[in-house]
Amino acid sequence: MAFIPHTPADVTAMLAAIGASSLDELFDEIPQELRIHSLERIPEALNEMQVGRLMSERALADGLLLNFIGAGAYEHHIPAAVWAITTRGEFYSAYTPYQAEASQGTLQLIYEFQTMIARLTGMEVANASMYDGASAMAEAALMAVRANRKSKAARILVPTSVHPYYRRVALASTHNQGLKFEELPYGAADGVLSLATLARHEADDCTALIIQQPNFFGRLEDVDALTDWAHARGMLVIGVVNPTSLGLLKPPGQWGAQGADIAVGEGQPLGVPLSSGGPYFGFMTSRMEHVRQLPGRIVGRTLDAAGKPGFTLTLQAREQHIRRAKATSNICTNQGLLMTAATIYLSLMGPQGVARTAAMSHARTRELVDLLTHLPGVRSAFAGPVFHEAVLQLDRPVAPVLKALAARGIAAGLDLAGLYPELGHALLVCATETKTQADLERLRGALAEVLQPARAA
Amino acid sequence: MSATEPVIFEYSTPGRGASDQWPPQVAEALLADLPGALRRATPPQLPEVGELEAVRHFTRLSQLNFSIDTHFYPLGSCTMKYNPKACNQYAMLPQFLARHPLAPESHGQGFLACMHELQEMLKEVTGMQGVALSPMAGAHGEFAGVAMIRAYHRARGDLKRNVIIVPEAAHGTNPATATMCGCVVREIPVDAQGDVDLEALRAAVGPSTAGIMLTNPSTLGVFERHIKEVARIVHEAGGLLYYDGANLNAILGKVRPGDMGFDVIHMNLHKTFSTPHGGGGPGAGAVGVGARLLPFLPIPLVAKEGERYRWLSESDLPQSIGRLSAFMGNAGVLLRAYIYMRLLGREGMQRVGEYATLNANYLMQRLKDAGFDAAYPERRASHEFIITLRRQARELNVTAMDFAKRLLDYGFHAPTTYFPLLVPECLLIEPTETESRQVLDAFVTAMSQIQKEAEQEPARVTGAPHTMPVRRLDDVRAARQLDLTWKPTAPPQTATNPGD
Repeated sequence: MAFIPHTPADVTAMLAAIGASSLDELFDEIPQELRIHSLERIPEALNEMQVGRLMSERALADGLLLNFIGAGAYEHHIPAAVWAITTRGEFYSAYTPYQAEASQGTLQLIYEFQTMIARLTGMEVANASMYDGASAMAEAALMAVRANRKSKAARILVPTSVHPYYRRVALASTHNQGLKFEELPYGAADGVLSLATLARHEADDCTALIIQQPNFFGRLEDVDALTDWAHARGMLVIGVVNPTSLGLLKPPGQWGAQGADIAVGEGQPLGVPLSSGGPYFGFMTSRMEHVRQLPGRIVGRTLDAAGKPGFTLTLQAREQHIRRAKATSNICTNQGLLMTAATIYLSLMGPQGVARTAAMSHARTRELVDLLTHLPGVRSAFAGPVFHEAVLQLDRPVAPVLKALAARGIAAGLDLAGLYPELGHALLVCATETKTQADLERLRGALAEVLQPARAA
Repeated sequence: MSATEPVIFEYSTPGRGASDQWPPQVAEALLADLPGALRRATPPQLPEVGELEAVRHFTRLSQLNFSIDTHFYPLGSCTMKYNPKACNQYAMLPQFLARHPLAPESHGQGFLACMHELQEMLKEVTGMQGVALSPMAGAHGEFAGVAMIRAYHRARGDLKRNVIIVPEAAHGTNPATATMCGCVVREIPVDAQGDVDLEALRAAVGPSTAGIMLTNPSTLGVFERHIKEVARIVHEAGGLLYYDGANLNAILGKVRPGDMGFDVIHMNLHKTFSTPHGGGGPGAGAVGVGARLLPFLPIPLVAKEGERYRWLSESDLPQSIGRLSAFMGNAGVLLRAYIYMRLLGREGMQRVGEYATLNANYLMQRLKDAGFDAAYPERRASHEFIITLRRQARELNVTAMDFAKRLLDYGFHAPTTYFPLLVPECLLIEPTETESRQVLDAFVTAMSQIQKEAEQEPARVTGAPHTMPVRRLDDVRAARQLDLTWKPTAPPQTATNPGD
């Protein structure tokens, strides 16, 4: 029981070796009055067959919805090889590669991951992953404060078109260190940040400007102009990017004349299932000049005692187990297994697969928006190009519509009423390469039915 | 394990690819709405390899690793116990994997039921009154915990409390977390028997004390015997007690942090509750709190109302320290922990602490009998213990690192080395409850053998490992000549020994 292999004879022999008369005696240094003798509210054990039954019932109760929600987590095809290899015990049940000689598999894989992420983002250096995209953005803000020595303000400009949950995580993660986030409104008509809005902060001492591309609404920001504006005023630029989009879109390393200084994002689209929100992983990159300000694990290639190349954790003087209170972050464990999945995914997709996935997702979303906005009472919220996600506006509250569609087995998108009340009855929708034309048609038909109950009846 | 594997980019052949996995090409006309200035000019330079090539490459890489499934892995402080296969299989049912984090609650009642029951079970085993599941690793849970302590003092208008006390043997994440929460760290010593120095603690507390962060059993592998007095001193000074749950496995089912007087704890579900370590994550760092900190828990939480489950958010918990992950943390890891707890049940969970402690005390005794020096020979081991090789270093010039590397040749992952910093030349050894007596005996035999080698042919030990894919790596070179991404030109080679 409890995966403990001991026989009664083992226990007797082991206690004899220790010189203890019972298992209980091994706890004799714990004050008696603190000891507990049962865990009443823990249920009795189930065997594996019973647990399998329970979990299958719970999974079936949740069912499978036809999903058109994006909002930072995207449904993409995941090749079978990705998780078949990722769940091999040698990856799954290893730990942080502290003993480099016995962890070359994980270390080399991280090195390959760093290379792929650097190439995808057009940046010079990547770390071995962060918890998720939101926490990576928070760490990027802290990193910018360390890296931008010209600015004393610890003030970050962040458009409200950046994912609202990312902004909340950034605030919760950094306010105790005194960081301030200055929120910049998006244009009501086009849903993007304008230079005119930025001009109001012309004279402020700011550390960095955060740019999300595509932004939370799926809209494409004018990244070149925004980047150059920030750099001309001594600010760093933090790019927040969707990795799939980088199959088609200009990578942050090439934004403006100099490129972004730090780029982060949610790695989930790269071979990681939606799984109710995690585990995902954040990726984090920067220019080489800031490498010593990066948080988290970094792997380097070096030589062994015999002159043969090998891999090891490096620049550890940044980290908590060496620097303690002076570390760049408290991060220790990151998201190694998800980084493993993403590295295998990117190897299978290659340059063409990533570009095709981006293109097909984008084309499907365009088709979807086109289909839905032909329904009476549905229109696009913003003018201008998007990437694989868009905001629609309905002629009535969104929540009851979504409820009716869920009853028809469709998760039709995200209601923005709570997050962006100023947008009215707004719905964020997304389609990826996983959706067929029949799927799009099914949503269109169901929505038409829900919006015109009289005719449907 | 002497094989080497090329970097995947070295397999790349222009025009090749796992094209069976790709969606069809889209007509360029369908992309015409994307402005040219925002498009990528050249494709990302990812590897171009076939599916079988990739599968072989990554399978071979996996074979260069030690892992729990392949080797005894007594890495102190990390609780490398068996990760039951059922936990993985049933957490990866298609409906769980496909569920979008923002999907309607009506289609997540099964998942939410698991999360709610997990919260309740974690409350019971820790003796706390509320649990939040969203922190994504131990250090993330620590952050949540200290942020709650700060929010608590702030809500009372007690704005001066910004000092976090940590014992000098604490995990590095403790002081790093305090800094991330805008606190000042004050370290206090432990006494010769490994307990917190109470006089130093009394001198350290005061009106600026926010709280103390403690691991119990401590990183020295012993139970903090004066814990109730520690709690009294800190509470009387107006501070709160933070429990670092790294070592919860030692006491599972035997004693609860809530009963010891702790106000907040984080649990490493990837340690005590056997979710995988994954080569460095994903972890899960659920936090538990006593009554005083309930209003400050990070969101989201799962509530049960009648027979329905729902998320609680900012509007339900206006004093919450907020959101620490984009969605709800490492949900799939939490499912694995839930399944593990259901498999163990009440009795199984009580056996964990007992057998983890039995294995540690047995292994410590056997190593002492074999002539090794325990750092705290008069104390009971908890679930882990420290062997110090200071004598071997002085007399034989063979260090803890040398022993660690030589253990790899014997097929054992090394224990944690040089932590805690307090004990010179130390090995922190944690066998866990899932190892058999035979494995522990084999480890003792290997240690004795290495000791003999250290006495008779020390070069065997100081030059170890000999059988791994690489010999000892040049860390100084790694940090000075940074090579962090692969480039088409080969790295500069130094002369290699042809006889090697």
